[in-house]
Parts: sequence; C-alpha cells; structure tokens
Amino acid sequence: MVMSIVHRITGAALYFGSLLLVWWLIAAATGPDYYNYVLSWFATWPGKVILLGYTWALMHHMLGGLRHLIWDTGAGYDLRTVDLLSWGTLAGSLILTALIWMAAAGFGGG
Amino acid sequence: MSMRTPLKTARSLGSAKDGADHFWMQRVTAVANLFLALFLVWLLVTLLGADHATIKQKLTNPLIAIPLLALAISGTVHMRIGMQTIIEDYVHGEGLKVVALMLNTFFAILIALACIFSVLKLSFGA
Repeated sequence: MVMSIVHRITGAALYFGSLLLVWWLIAAATGPDYYNYVLSWFATWPGKVILLGYTWALMHHMLGGLRHLIWDTGAGYDLRTVDLLSWGTLAGSLILTALIWMAAAGFGGG
Repeated sequence: MSMRTPLKTARSLGSAKDGADHFWMQRVTAVANLFLALFLVWLLVTLLGADHATIKQKLTNPLIAIPLLALAISGTVHMRIGMQTIIEDYVHGEGLKVVALMLNTFFAILIALACIFSVLKLSFGA
C-alpha cells in the first residue's frame, strides 16, 4: 500500500528530475564554459543532495518496477512474498544507492 | 460494406478506444529503461571528474550515443504514460485534466528532443 504510492512519488520525482539530465546534456553540447558552470552547481551541497535523492528515486523505482513485472506474471501475490518484495525494494534501493555513490567517490572524488 | 458487428469493433478496445496499448507500452519501456538507466548510471559514474573534452570524445562513440538516444525515447514514452495515469487518477475536472494531459505530452516531447539534439550535436562533433 505504502510502497505503491512511493512508486508513484519516485516516478513523478524522476519525471521532473529528467530536467537534470537534459540540463547536463545541453551544457555538454553548448561548450566547456557552460559545462563547467553547470558542474559547479551539481558540486554544491544542495546539488549533491538532489543528485543523491535522484539516485535513490531511480533505484527504488527500478526495483519497484521489477516487482510490478513479477506481479504482471500473476506470481508473488501471497502476503509473505508481497512483504518480502516490499522490504527488498526498500533495502535494495538503499544498498544500490550507497554502492553507486561509493563508486562515484572512487572515480571523481565525490 | 463491413460485415462486422459493432461489438466486434469495440471488443478489447475499451472506452478509451486504444485498448491495452498504454499498459503494454509501459511494460516494454520499463524493461528497456531497466537496462538503459543502468547504462546511464554507469556512464555518469565513470564520467565524474572528466573535463568537457573527454565528454565530447566519449559521445562520439556510437556505443555511448545510441543507448543514450534509446533512453531519451524509451524514458520519455514511459514517463509520459506514467504521468498520464497519475493525472487521470487525481485530476477530476474535465477542463483541467485535458490541459494537464496536453502539458504532459509537451513536456515529454520537449525533454526527448532536448536530449536527442544534445546527444546528436556532441556525437557529430559540432
């Protein structure tokens, strides 16, 4: 129940978050000066918090989507499995977000 | 003259007249996005700290540019259908709903075009 509405909320967040990807791509297509300017925004603390939230929303929506694909096959409707998939989505999204940001820290220094 | 009964025309299409198209397209793009979004995350992580020249160089590679273009299409189709579902569930005034659905389509197309334009510009080395 809660997870269903979270799937919608993360979906809506990713919807508007697509502007971030567009901004980055347009900056890259514009030139070095504007690209560096945009990167400096992403490097601020609010910028990083937004990107961290975007990463988590993406991972949560991805795992939640997989859960829905499993349900589409008609499987996984007993309460034990529903609970397992719900908690798995939450835990998995946090673990994947942490792994991605650890990898990012390794590549770019955070 | 058609020998089909009215029932035959309506069958499995429902009141929206396009049947389960959205349902199916949302699943197809979901599966595509699963792989394409993971690709995007990998790309962004590996590009962290890279300067503009490196980004430009990377985007000339078709193996980078084509998945990004695929994501631009699959992602915006998926988010348009998803937002349409949300609008239809929560916006009940007929006029407001039509406006919201239209804005939703415009937004999705604008995002898609901006992504595609930028990726192509970088890919073709302009």
